[in-house]
Amino acid sequence: MPVQYESIVAEHEATRQAAGLFDVSHMGRLFIEGPRAVDWLEGLLTRSVRDLAVGRSRYTLLPGVDLTADETSDAAVILDDAVVTRLPDAAEATPRLLLVVNASNRPRVVRWLESQLPDAGVAVDDRTAATAMIAVQGPRVFAGTGSLLLSIWSAAEVADLAALPNYGAIETVLGGAPAIVSRTGYTGEDGLELVVDAAAAIPLWEQLLAAGQSAGVRPCGLGSRDTLRLEAGMPLYGHELTETSDPFAIGLDRAVDLDGRSFPGRAELVARRLGGPRRVGLQFGSKRAARQGDLVRLPEAEQACGIVTSGSFSPTCGCGIALAMVEPDAATIGTELEAVVRGSHLPARVVSLPFYRRPREAA
Amino acid sequence: MDAPRRYAKSHEWARPEDDGTVTVGISAYAVEALTDLVFMQLPEVGAAVTAGESFGEIESVKAVSDLYAPVSGEVVAANTDLPNGLETLGEDPYGKGWIIRIQPSDPGQLDALLDQAAYDALVGSQPH
Repeated sequence: MPVQYESIVAEHEATRQAAGLFDVSHMGRLFIEGPRAVDWLEGLLTRSVRDLAVGRSRYTLLPGVDLTADETSDAAVILDDAVVTRLPDAAEATPRLLLVVNASNRPRVVRWLESQLPDAGVAVDDRTAATAMIAVQGPRVFAGTGSLLLSIWSAAEVADLAALPNYGAIETVLGGAPAIVSRTGYTGEDGLELVVDAAAAIPLWEQLLAAGQSAGVRPCGLGSRDTLRLEAGMPLYGHELTETSDPFAIGLDRAVDLDGRSFPGRAELVARRLGGPRRVGLQFGSKRAARQGDLVRLPEAEQACGIVTSGSFSPTCGCGIALAMVEPDAATIGTELEAVVRGSHLPARVVSLPFYRRPREAA
Repeated sequence: MDAPRRYAKSHEWARPEDDGTVTVGISAYAVEALTDLVFMQLPEVGAAVTAGESFGEIESVKAVSDLYAPVSGEVVAANTDLPNGLETLGEDPYGKGWIIRIQPSDPGQLDALLDQAAYDALVGSQPH
């Protein structure tokens, strides 16, 4: 996936107004199957898997020990964030799940999971290289008769997809190719993520591109992927979310099911809960934004009260935006702060998140 | 008629003016490569600049790039309209998109820069 095909802003706006196509094949796709698969994963994810119904996806954190690190430690850390999907059962009611992880964390996630496998009853199959993943996101994906989907596939195929609830998933055949389709995404828009065999990827991409051209569908790169998810207030591992993050301080309460459950590092997670800096959204007064690592302070203060985890120009806002971790005292909506950016001080205000919420149709 | 421009390998252009000053900007190639411009930091009038060293910054959505002085000297003018109208860089990079004007300390430094043909060859050899 390139940083951009033409222009980050143009690709971003295309996704908000029509639809964007994202080749996200770099992400890890781990298939987990076996009679013990659900019970096994239940003890490894921060979200419950036992109550995840077939055809549902769920955002979760993945705690564990980083066995690929140079210096080994027994402490469990947050290795990644992920989306887990319960697929239809295999033969004899054998549970199957798909775990989609970040590309950069895949090696250590796989190492950790494999170290936790019992002798029998569950297997992990890393099918990243054998498959591809394409995301199609934006208001035109589903919308009415002009929808992107209807211009490629039959009404019957599309009906199944349009009937998916948010974070629903099905295993289906699209244009003759098997596909796992989920109504998930990383942009704040409605849309789908499609997992297909590698050989089907290019034809699918070209089909979507050709069908969508007159509707304003654009291929989108990493640059717009970042500005879109930032506007939607979604975390990026390595920025908002790190090995020792407090999920409750960064707006990820929904990613943790504590009651009656155990998972690696649970005690440490609970111990650091809301004991330190909080995630806030910052809006700048100009097109310029602070970036990861830039310090934040109360105006004219000597000491920093926070640090930026992600920042960029927001095409929707027309100004710079950022996510930052700040001391609780400075975290109230409306607080005026300044970011220290390469020697200058950029005024910013704490605003509520997300920066952008897609318009919902009246029920 | 304007004197011919000379270019730095870092894609700044320099044009000697009748009054002995040198006008500086960035080439059309550089503007096109940058895309999505959001900010530009200009030096103060009176600031000293050194050939090959940064005199300011240009920021796109994805990255911040330094602007390098093609010749040494003193900044005698800065295009303060430009940061609020960065699209001018794309529309008229060699005219209204000028960035600073330098009083050079050594006009001979212009000769060390690339002429139009050499710059065109440099651009032609860049990956597109």
